[in-house]
Amino acid sequence: MAEDILLRMTDITKTFPGVKALDHVSLDVEAGKVHALMGENGAGKSTLMKCLFGIYEKDEGHIYLEGREVDFKSSKEALQNGVAMVHQELNQALKRNVMDNLWLGRYPMVGGIMVDEKKMYKDTVAVFEELGISVDPKRVMSTMPVSQRQMVEIAKAVSYNSKVIVFDEPTSSLTEEEVEHLFKIINMLRDRGVGIIYISHKMGEIKRISDTITVMRDGTHVATKPAAELEVNDIIKLMVGRELTNQFPPKTNKIGDVSLEVENLTAQYSLLKDVSFKAHKGEILGLAGLDGSGRTETLENIFGNATRKTGTIKLNGKECKNRNPRESIKNGFALLTEERRATGIFAIENIRENTVISSLKKHLRFGFLNERSMREDTKWSIDAMHTKTPSQETKIRSLSGGNQQKVIIGRWLLTNPEVLLLDEPTRGIDVGAKYEIYQLILDLANRDKTVLVVSSEMPELLGICDRILVMSGGRLAGEVDAKTTTQEEIMTLAAKYV
Amino acid sequence: MEKKGFFKRKRDEYLALDRLDRKRYVTDGILNNALYILMVIFIIYTAIRNKNFLSPSSIANMLMLAAVSLPMALGIGGCIVLTGTDLSAGRVFGLAAGMSAAFLQNRAATKLIFEHLPSTTGGWIIAVMLMVMVAGAVIGLVNGFFVAKFSLHPFIVTLATQLITYGIILMFFQINGNGGGPISNIASEFKNAIAGPAFKIAAWNVSIPWYVLFAVILVIVMWFIWNKTRFGKNMFAVGSNMEAAKVSGVNVFMTTMLVHTLAGAMYGFAGFVEAARLGSVTAATGLNNECDAIAACVIGGVSFVGGTGNIGGIVLGVFVLRIIFVALNMLGINPNLQYIIKGAIILAACSLDMRKYLVKK
Repeated sequence: MAEDILLRMTDITKTFPGVKALDHVSLDVEAGKVHALMGENGAGKSTLMKCLFGIYEKDEGHIYLEGREVDFKSSKEALQNGVAMVHQELNQALKRNVMDNLWLGRYPMVGGIMVDEKKMYKDTVAVFEELGISVDPKRVMSTMPVSQRQMVEIAKAVSYNSKVIVFDEPTSSLTEEEVEHLFKIINMLRDRGVGIIYISHKMGEIKRISDTITVMRDGTHVATKPAAELEVNDIIKLMVGRELTNQFPPKTNKIGDVSLEVENLTAQYSLLKDVSFKAHKGEILGLAGLDGSGRTETLENIFGNATRKTGTIKLNGKECKNRNPRESIKNGFALLTEERRATGIFAIENIRENTVISSLKKHLRFGFLNERSMREDTKWSIDAMHTKTPSQETKIRSLSGGNQQKVIIGRWLLTNPEVLLLDEPTRGIDVGAKYEIYQLILDLANRDKTVLVVSSEMPELLGICDRILVMSGGRLAGEVDAKTTTQEEIMTLAAKYV
Repeated sequence: MEKKGFFKRKRDEYLALDRLDRKRYVTDGILNNALYILMVIFIIYTAIRNKNFLSPSSIANMLMLAAVSLPMALGIGGCIVLTGTDLSAGRVFGLAAGMSAAFLQNRAATKLIFEHLPSTTGGWIIAVMLMVMVAGAVIGLVNGFFVAKFSLHPFIVTLATQLITYGIILMFFQINGNGGGPISNIASEFKNAIAGPAFKIAAWNVSIPWYVLFAVILVIVMWFIWNKTRFGKNMFAVGSNMEAAKVSGVNVFMTTMLVHTLAGAMYGFAGFVEAARLGSVTAATGLNNECDAIAACVIGGVSFVGGTGNIGGIVLGVFVLRIIFVALNMLGINPNLQYIIKGAIILAACSLDMRKYLVKK
């Protein structure tokens, strides 16, 4: 065994009832190297990490830390042995302050029973200084933006003096500038000889930061190669197991008359200020910008899911008050929310219940719901969206992210909307399934619907939109033509009011 | 930065807003403090209607009533911080009161529950106190175990233990041919040690009983536990985000167990005080006491969303509730109507509290 291999996982196998989630997967992490772990959702990356941290018990295989076999029973044990993880979903006690979170589970003590707050404060400042983070250790977590909370999470992993740190999609809520900062921190850790496992979907990042890339697919190990030898296309090919010639379907939509007019939209409780724009029938209008620039807020204010201070919304020349989502749906609006699991699906309900929930009224016969018409509508939705599901009675949580998203789009189409507000429609969806979602969005435009798409992935906006509005600091920073613009132009606009 | 007074700062904040925001600023300010504003109005109103309401003896009385209900609220507060609750509190309190009374009967009395017990000296009184606290802690431990081990909602677990405890109480009151009747003839040494005057405020001609001092000590101890110990911080972390606590290596199981166990011990202590104070305990003692304790916590800002609340708030909540109860009596309001008013107050307090936590969009 090589000297500098810090963490070695060999032949890890994990079986769930009916599924082989991991099939003899091996992974070596060297000291002072960044090892990227890639694969579609469901490829087994998280399962592998969960086996490492003892959240799942592996069926077969061995894990060696610095040549010594280990078998962690909990994340606490892993942490104590110098293996830390920065979680994708921020697991933080939001009502507590920064330092309470940072030292959670290992508060320094004084006099046997008292927590030493002074030491906590001093140590927190020291860790933050080392990493160049400027956050007040006494600030309550819930009052900070997500990106800063993420930084706290990273500081926490570093503060364990970990030998191996796993970063699970760390940049999903960071701005460009913060990503630079994160990379600086990662480089610093690498220089110190820390072994890093970096899980991400963003190809650009992977190419920049990693030394070695391991690709997984369907629970198996596909390839491990030096990052320099792999091009983005090679990685995608390895991930999906086939050549992905076109990332986007051909644009066929025809732009018609103006349908949606938004004027001077200002929010009561968020930073959104004076947003005005027009959108046409059959148009796909993108909303670009950094996290927290007001994209989601724009959609929520149009949909009446947030309190408006000022602003008028007109659909086909007629003013819509849209005071709450119910009224907006009646007026022909539909909102696909950003957090699918939290605010999109009803996880323990089945596909049919999830499909008809927004259009129950039309299934009423003498005050009772008609099973047959609900079944017919659901069948139409499954067919039209090409949803892959064993039956209408399948619980939606057992579907993949892409198929869940199709169910929700189908749900909205059944309400006959004129305007569809799609917030991050492809977040957390496999590369392959993304194409189908793009096709669905184009189909919507082809049916003369007005589609607003918010996305953090710029290539995606450039690929499917007609026009793109760029937001910055809660205001509209500019408008670009998707055919002629560049990522650089959008980024410049996005930074305008920051 | 220039130092400004509270009112000047608020005024500047107000002036910096435009017309639409100003209106909201004022209504928000009023609604967020509505409970306290209403309290002040209510106290002034009661004081005008009944001159005795703010007399020294009446204030001392309210202080004593608050001291009696404080320990239970302090215990149940921890359960609420964990987003839970405890419905068994009243019955545990009743069991503790019954046990204390039975163990500390006047040895000279004719019909005793237990005939061969040590004499009621200070040592035995302390031993009984520890005994009933342990008894409460054991029931709390059972609550905590089922909550933590099987992820059952505390509502269900404590509903069950409430029934079980009541069964134990009924059986306890049958011992030695007591036939379920009240346990009285409580030793005067016990009464004096708990409910006897600790000191006298000569100017007002009122005396303050020992249990008020005990309550003060408990408040200090609990404040220390909640704010200064690892266990306290872990409790808030678990209540705020259990998953985060778990991955950070907090022993969620032990923390949950301990919160419930501590709560049980507090109910035990409260029951012990109650026995000395009343001088006679029945099987119904403690019935529905948990409702007042939960209400006091919520009024004091220990929210059911979990992870928030502080000891000061609980103390305030207990006082607010007691003052209202006393005032309603002094206003001569029909006792049946009092229930309706109490219910309405709890509803209003919870709504106003929740309003603060609703994320505004």
